[in-house]
Amino acid sequence: MPSTVLTLCKPKTLRARARFKPLMPIPELVCPAGNLPSLKTAVDNGADWVYMGLKDETNARNFAGLNFDAKSASEGLRYAHAAGAKMLLAINTFPQGNAAPRWQRAIDEAASLGIDAVILADAGLMRYAAQRHPQLRLHLSVQTSATNYEAINFYHEHFGISRAVLPRVLSLAQVADVIKNTPVPIEVFGFGSLCVMVEGRCALSSYVTGESPNTRGVCSPAKAVRWEKHGDTLDARLNGILIDRFAAGENAGYPTLCKGRFDVEDETYYAIEEPSSLNAMALLPELAKIGVAAIKIEGRQRSPAYVAAVTRIWREAIDSYAKNPERFSIQPDWASGLARVAEGQQHTLGAYHRKWK
Amino acid sequence: MKLSLGPVLYYWTREALLEFYAGIADSGVDIVYLGEVVCSRRHNLRQDDWLGLARDLSASGKQVVLSSQALIESESDLKALRRIAANGDFTVEANEMGAVRLLSGRVPFVAGPHLNVYNNETLAWFAELGATRFVLPLELSCDTLRELQAARPAGMQTEVFAYGRMPLAFSARCFTARHHNLPKDDCQFRCLDDADGLALRTRDKDEFLTLNGIQTQSALVYDLSESLEELRGLEVDVVRLSPQSKNMLPIIESFRERCAGRPGAPLDGLRVAPPCNGYWYGAPGMEYRT
Repeated sequence: MPSTVLTLCKPKTLRARARFKPLMPIPELVCPAGNLPSLKTAVDNGADWVYMGLKDETNARNFAGLNFDAKSASEGLRYAHAAGAKMLLAINTFPQGNAAPRWQRAIDEAASLGIDAVILADAGLMRYAAQRHPQLRLHLSVQTSATNYEAINFYHEHFGISRAVLPRVLSLAQVADVIKNTPVPIEVFGFGSLCVMVEGRCALSSYVTGESPNTRGVCSPAKAVRWEKHGDTLDARLNGILIDRFAAGENAGYPTLCKGRFDVEDETYYAIEEPSSLNAMALLPELAKIGVAAIKIEGRQRSPAYVAAVTRIWREAIDSYAKNPERFSIQPDWASGLARVAEGQQHTLGAYHRKWK
Repeated sequence: MKLSLGPVLYYWTREALLEFYAGIADSGVDIVYLGEVVCSRRHNLRQDDWLGLARDLSASGKQVVLSSQALIESESDLKALRRIAANGDFTVEANEMGAVRLLSGRVPFVAGPHLNVYNNETLAWFAELGATRFVLPLELSCDTLRELQAARPAGMQTEVFAYGRMPLAFSARCFTARHHNLPKDDCQFRCLDDADGLALRTRDKDEFLTLNGIQTQSALVYDLSESLEELRGLEVDVVRLSPQSKNMLPIIESFRERCAGRPGAPLDGLRVAPPCNGYWYGAPGMEYRT
């Protein structure tokens, strides 16, 4: 069940939202920290949890200039704990063949730093963590592709997972059905860049570039991107594959390979997905009512300004809901603030809403 | 090395499916994977029909395995999954962890290609759970396979996807319905129009991907027919061929010959698209090396 207790126990002086006592379980807010400035910003703006990764292929945002070493992780942890927030280390890629020891060292490091929980995707690593560090709290990564309660309960029985992050494929009713049938608290995505594919089950990026989220912690990696100007048009290629072609004046977005325009039976359109962000804020009351334990914000690769805006707005929204659930409504400045930072400046309810499918 | 035929990933008419499997009964494959892996709405063959087909193929000397759906979202999906898991006669290929929960500790099972068995430790865990065969995830290379084989638990067979358009991704969204501007719930089964999937091309007309309902496949055909000696050297037990609507019997025959160390018929002209094999070499999957 979502933890009301944790919310109530936070020192009142530290966190604005502890000024009131919610009568019902309120989802916790889980925010991205690509680096130390983002982590501090997320904590300052009211994140309950911040999640981060190490500077290597053990996590799914293995991008140049991002992530933490032991020193910055340690400083981030002190900062988060001083403010009553918790820190998660994402170790959510899949070691291949003999490579697990490198990932196991990351788990050891999380345990020795005193990180509050690790987010794991690979079953072999979960077993290692459960056996070696039984006190270390385990969260099931979205990359595990556990979309139903049989799968989640299986991980719970074997490794004692404390939380599961659902892939962005279920409708609201399906999320509610999962929650009803599992003892594991459920975390869902609330905002950010949208994977249209089941996470942990997508090899599109390695098909084109040789590197995928599962194997290298990247999707459509920047080193494979090439921009070509031909007269007035701009071509965005990924390892030679034309992902999109922009006319003069069109906003040329990053060529994430599932978000380009392609031809199907001579019709050119966003055949897989538009470049849009998930924004589930309109569903916040329903998510709370069905017992969602935590809402996750995507975006470790985004700027501290993004983290600040999204964390602050979601904190205000969750607090406003907790104060008066019956009268919750999205404030115009929340909507405009989120729209400003959304990818492609448009948003969707994604799979929560059946029409999206 | 044994030859297996993977599940039909497309939506074919009942007649086309029955005719296809009638041909398979007399073909050179040793193992046949049956069932609907992609979409729960597809119903030209119902569960009882699949079981009937399984018995027929079994009587023809084929080892039959029932494949479970790769994306389980609803209670009705789970209900169908429980029936497959409890069938009592045939081994089941688990394609997600819900199926593993239903099979583990009860019956031996096959760990399918979508279970993310990427490393030695995970493979060892699956052996303890009761898996007696695992299918190498598509994006892994021969070098990774070599490491897995060296650490492979006793009694675990290894199967490699060696021919066919590759299932690269699954989604909650149906891309075929989206193309036809139809809601998924009222898709009118338009995927019946595309016996080998719907071609997605780049704007400079490169064949890039194949839309198959909620599944996205490669446009190119993964083809390890030139690497079978290497697979044998790596002690691979089973070579999987993924069905296409035409020419499947000569393709099976060619692989049969090659597995026996004889030069099989060339596959050019038999494939539905040009070949690729990049994953095998640790390269982008769409590349082809000779």
